[in-house]
Amino acid sequence: MIGLTYLAAILATLPLVLILVHLIAKGASSLSLAFFTHMPRPVGESGGGMANAIVGTLILIGVASLIGLPIGIGAGLHLAEKRTTPLAYTVRFLSDVLNGLPSIVIGISAWEFLVRPVGHFSALAGGVALGTMMVPLVTRTTEEMLLVVPTSLREAALALGYPKWRTSIAVVLRTALAGIATGALVAVARIAGETAPLLFTAIGNQFWSTSLREPIAALPLQIFAYATGPYDEWHRLAWAGALVLITIILIISIAARFATRSRFGAPVD
Amino acid sequence: MTSLPLDWLQSDRRRLRVDQSAIGDRVYEFLTALCALVVPALVVAIAVAIFAAAWPAFARLGLSIVTTSDWDVRGGHFGAAPALFGTLVSSAVALIIATPLAIGVAIFLSEFSPSWLRQPVGFLVDLLAAIPSVVYGLWGIFVLIPMLRQQVMPFLRDGLHLGATPFFSGPAYGPSMLAAGLILAVMALPYISAVSREVLMAVPRSQREAALALGATRWETIRDAVVPYAKSGIIGGIMLGLGRALGETMAVTMVIGNRPEISASLFAPGYTMASLIANEFSEATNDLHVSALMAVGAVLFVITLIVNAVARWLVWRVSRVRAR
Amino acid sequence: MTAPAVQPPESSIAVDKAKPCIVTRDLSAYFGDTAAVRNVSITIPQQAVTAIIGPSGCGKSTLLRCLNRMHETVPGARVEGSVEILGSAIYGDGTNPIAVRRHVGMVFQRPTPFPTMSIRANVAAGLRIAAKKGEISGSTDEIVEEALRRAGLWEEVKDRLSESATAISGGQQQRLCIARALATRPRVILLDEPTASLDPLSTQKVEELVYDLRKTVTVVIVTHNMQQAARISDCTAFLLAGELIEFDSTRELFTAPKDSQTEAYVTGRFG
Repeated sequence: MIGLTYLAAILATLPLVLILVHLIAKGASSLSLAFFTHMPRPVGESGGGMANAIVGTLILIGVASLIGLPIGIGAGLHLAEKRTTPLAYTVRFLSDVLNGLPSIVIGISAWEFLVRPVGHFSALAGGVALGTMMVPLVTRTTEEMLLVVPTSLREAALALGYPKWRTSIAVVLRTALAGIATGALVAVARIAGETAPLLFTAIGNQFWSTSLREPIAALPLQIFAYATGPYDEWHRLAWAGALVLITIILIISIAARFATRSRFGAPVD
Repeated sequence: MTSLPLDWLQSDRRRLRVDQSAIGDRVYEFLTALCALVVPALVVAIAVAIFAAAWPAFARLGLSIVTTSDWDVRGGHFGAAPALFGTLVSSAVALIIATPLAIGVAIFLSEFSPSWLRQPVGFLVDLLAAIPSVVYGLWGIFVLIPMLRQQVMPFLRDGLHLGATPFFSGPAYGPSMLAAGLILAVMALPYISAVSREVLMAVPRSQREAALALGATRWETIRDAVVPYAKSGIIGGIMLGLGRALGETMAVTMVIGNRPEISASLFAPGYTMASLIANEFSEATNDLHVSALMAVGAVLFVITLIVNAVARWLVWRVSRVRAR
Repeated sequence: MTAPAVQPPESSIAVDKAKPCIVTRDLSAYFGDTAAVRNVSITIPQQAVTAIIGPSGCGKSTLLRCLNRMHETVPGARVEGSVEILGSAIYGDGTNPIAVRRHVGMVFQRPTPFPTMSIRANVAAGLRIAAKKGEISGSTDEIVEEALRRAGLWEEVKDRLSESATAISGGQQQRLCIARALATRPRVILLDEPTASLDPLSTQKVEELVYDLRKTVTVVIVTHNMQQAARISDCTAFLLAGELIEFDSTRELFTAPKDSQTEAYVTGRFG
């Protein structure tokens, strides 16, 4: 029976290994400098890149972070300080609910609020949809990280005559910052590859656009379009795009691990 | 050291009565409470948006949206039963495959793994959750589906003679309920194993030692003392994985074949609610069509909400026991 | 630093003749409905070390935390009665607890240096707030040096002021916290079992420091260690189940207790 658990471990890690091997094998051969610097070419022409999609993804991540980080950190501060109020319980439960909602559901409600009324798709709507997904992730990790900070530090600051708000920000939040940064990075990694919330909001763009009011290209959308298209050239680009996307996400995930390890190592008691 | 005037607090009190720190505290508490309120506000806004937009379809078509199978945009028929069926079946297939694997990994990591393997294996399994859905889909189209079509499906049908059962019969196209279930299994696995590992690790030493002291082997200890103790938490983890699988969109859309038919065979293409929305939403032009898709979204919302709430409750129950 | 207005008291002063610093009247402190401190009326003398002793759970820390309004930071906690420090009612109408805490320093059981700040920034942490109000003269560097000297830590850390405060030993961290409390030049400093987590050598250093501090500030120290109270305090208060049983000069209290419970405790028959 013990051998079976070893087998389970091998079988569970096998898909990851397979996916990474295929990504590298099929993606690397299609990668070139042009992939990062060029625009998509029309059908039938070979070459071309995803410069607009890479930039678009970065812009979407930026908009999402502007929404998700401050709200999530603020909400996390509230939860960590008001542990047992009815509002805290409600917020904790609903942030789990929000975290579990299918991303496509978040996508169509963003469409209902931000696309339908104005009559056109936009980068802003996509960023808001992704930001909505970030909020519960950042909220819960912020709360967890703040609770690790010993109460004695908070008391020491209060005893020095720090007002509550300064205690919370300059001492408690500051001490937990590395952990919160890790949580933020994990949240960014999680939304960076999201496609479904963008289908009816950012929708994608064959052209160069950095405007928040226009449709914008994104790597996941471009991978989806190329993977499901009929041309071999597109398939090659989809693999290259996937390799780039997974590299970005892996770098962020690994950075998150190291952020915790190297900077949170200052035990107080 | 200058000595303090007798009215030291008096002079301070004048300065501090309307102190900016008191205002600061109030502003700070207001702002953080506001941030916290955003979370319920978002959930309510999403629910309201979807149910309001779905209302015309529910009013016109009623429950026929989930009970009938005829999806004809021009004729005004919107029966999404095949998509509901596909969502449930693909998720069920995923859980049947993923659950034993995930629990096996969790037991391996919490009980048997040599310590040098624990970190890397745990990290690799966690990484499965970090891979974007669209990359799973891409891999599904170009690696998994050809493999299913050429080797796995013929082997299951003819090699193992499972073709005699309705579940593994019919032509092996490739894009199929089976492909969707397999991809979903890989995607749900890290969620189930992460929660299971956590609750297994939380089982008190005394539970294990009591069993070992009775002369149980390591495996018997786990089977009879550890797993039962962690059972409701593990079920919570499975429910969380189910929640993921039910709502998963891109990977499924790319491998399931998108055919709105109910078939007993896992080799046949199918449809899910999420992929129905993904495929048709941007092309929906008339209002009833949009509303019907929103109604499908509303059904998906309610199902995942219930599944997640039950999952959280189960996991919470276990962690509460631990806290006591 | 000018010379202290009051000379250091003799080690055995008459409690009633000393100048009062902290006066509590019918002070009670609650956690929810439970009273942790009941009707304590005590007059703590100026520029002396007053020890509060008693078995664990007797409310001695709670009493201490009422003296700088820290008690009320615990959810559900409240205070009744009055406390005057140097003639000002700290629970008076409209009195800001933050103003009180700026003038009444506090050091806790475990060292609590702010881990993200350097040694210098830790000492200056309280200044940053007070200095803005023009309450404290002198440059930050001067005040930091003065506070570290008073805490007996200057020679040990003067070359590493910009290192992290967590890089020094536990005993040094605790003296750093004392320096941090001293930097704002409080009139009163409250010590809540400051040596509970320290090794004997560090404990001795802190004790010597506390003994010296009385020249310039009023010290109130909570301790579960009777020998410590006997070594470093001028007056001692004995608390039992939230009530003040006896308060006298340390010598009197330890050698000729008037209350039988005090006698039982100081002779080690319970607690």
